[in-house]
Amino acid sequence: MEILVASGIGVLAMVGLYLVLNRHSFPVIIGTTFLSYAVNLFLFAMGRLSIDKPPIITKGVTDYTDPLPQALVLTAIVISFGMTALVVVLALRGFLETGTERVENGERPPSPSDARKRKAARR
Amino acid sequence: MIHLIIAPIVLPAVVAAFLVLVLRHDLASQRIVSAAATLALLAITVWLYVSASDSAPTPYLLGDWRAPFGIVLVLDRLAATMLLLTAVLAVAVLIYAMAGWDRAGRHFHPLFQFQLMGLNGAFLTGDVFNLFVFFEIMLIASYGLMLHGGGAQRLRAGFHYVAINLIGSTLFLFAVGLIYAVTGTLNMADLAIKVAQIAPGDEAILRVGALLLLLVFALKAALVPLQWWLPSAYAAAPGPVAALFMMMTKVGAYSIVRVYILVFGVDAGAVADLASPWVIPAALATLALGAVGVLASPTLLGLVCFSIIWSMGSLLLAFGLFDQSGLSAGLYYLLHSTLSGAALFLLADLVSARRGSAADRLTPTPLLPHANLFAGLFFVAAIAITGMPPLSGFLGKLLILDATWRNPLAVASWVMLLATSLLVIIGFARAGSTLFWKVADRPAESVAPASSIALPVAVIAGLLGATVLLSVFAGPITRELATTAQQTLDIKAYVRAVNPAATALSRSEPR
Repeated sequence: MEILVASGIGVLAMVGLYLVLNRHSFPVIIGTTFLSYAVNLFLFAMGRLSIDKPPIITKGVTDYTDPLPQALVLTAIVISFGMTALVVVLALRGFLETGTERVENGERPPSPSDARKRKAARR
Repeated sequence: MIHLIIAPIVLPAVVAAFLVLVLRHDLASQRIVSAAATLALLAITVWLYVSASDSAPTPYLLGDWRAPFGIVLVLDRLAATMLLLTAVLAVAVLIYAMAGWDRAGRHFHPLFQFQLMGLNGAFLTGDVFNLFVFFEIMLIASYGLMLHGGGAQRLRAGFHYVAINLIGSTLFLFAVGLIYAVTGTLNMADLAIKVAQIAPGDEAILRVGALLLLLVFALKAALVPLQWWLPSAYAAAPGPVAALFMMMTKVGAYSIVRVYILVFGVDAGAVADLASPWVIPAALATLALGAVGVLASPTLLGLVCFSIIWSMGSLLLAFGLFDQSGLSAGLYYLLHSTLSGAALFLLADLVSARRGSAADRLTPTPLLPHANLFAGLFFVAAIAITGMPPLSGFLGKLLILDATWRNPLAVASWVMLLATSLLVIIGFARAGSTLFWKVADRPAESVAPASSIALPVAVIAGLLGATVLLSVFAGPITRELATTAQQTLDIKAYVRAVNPAATALSRSEPR
């Protein structure tokens, strides 16, 4: 189970990192969500992976699972969810105002295909 | 009265919610409530500073849960100093914003209050995970503030700013997870004990977590090579917002000081003094890059942004020593650079709004109205930020030079600080002479803003006056800050205050 979870986190982080380095805004957003999935799983695994153990003190139980990482993950999920919503709106506004969804700085005249895309998005 | 410790967090939160829910459509009453709340915040922080100045660190246990288990806020001299500085800056920025910027878009005042809540929380918290939470509150509010007023350039820069901070937050969580995995706690006072007793096999994980955390704080503090986001973000933000953001970079510097003295400081056993090999070289590179950026900037705002990066380099050069003289020199410089940097951002905003299509580009324009007044203010602000006598920048730099004297990198620090100061002075002199002395022969454009400049100029003069006061009262202030530095370095007193049981426990069992 450890290897499975560890490699899963690794693959998610790798995909996220690759997409974040993209030059279009939509893949960057997807990349940040992948990174946040990776970190959520990672935080969860930090309380050690254990199955069928209670988190709250119960009579006749000696082994417990750590409840704190679950609380941390919950906070992290809420925050990353809000952030993702914000960045999507931001990218949409940017696309509608500048007519391009490329990330890099500096002015670039919008190409005809951009203008077409923009019209399609307005519709 | 101990409950006043949480007031700097609760007051802005309640006021922000009230503003956005009740006074949504009424700018005049929003202004009154927001100003009253910020002035109240200033009064509270003054009281907190006075009460923190003559006592040990005071913990505030939320829900009265004992320290390592519950959430804890800690008020000590360092936190109180930062709170007071934030409140002073907030009052100035708010008055400036009321001269017109808060009308440019909606919800300026609620976002402003939320930003204050995040900043104050980050200074007060005694827990690494809550530091993350308050960082996020601060950042979410800053996204809204940065995009205040809208526009294509602002949206584009805003997307970069949000994306880089999202990645920073992810790294923060990875770091927190790693530290929690091997220590089982995130309370700073508890970490200070647990980190020293780390099992030999877990050292590597702890080290990786701690260095990732340093990376996140360096990103916030705009240390090279993590400074690229700052110039475009701060230049695109509205003037008063950029001035308030002066405090955001300082949060990064504050967190480096707090965490790497308290948790990974001299007593941390296997991971002792983790940050010191990294911070000073990065600060030296920041100095160099900031100075070159100041020389190379084609716009006034770009120039100001790079001078901020340069001043963060000087600040971290002092903080990176992690000793008493470095810390007190750094704190003095922090007070100075926050106030004078904010004045410079406000002045750049005021001037560029009156230059028509030239905006903030460093090109000659027809003679501006009030040109002499602006030129005079710019002259004083430039003297302050570049660190020429007689203003506080000069004293701050002297203190930093004095503090680095015994460091192995002393020669490099002196050469770098003095040489880059010269470059920055040249950059500012060139910018000032182009902006205010060279007059283009074109006929003047008819520029819209007919609003009075009395209020904005008064705010800028007030901020510059504060730097003058900093230099006039340098003696008492540095003595005060030296005591603050001493208390910050006294890890045992902090741990004893927050978690009395743990110190008794660790003393009874021999290490």
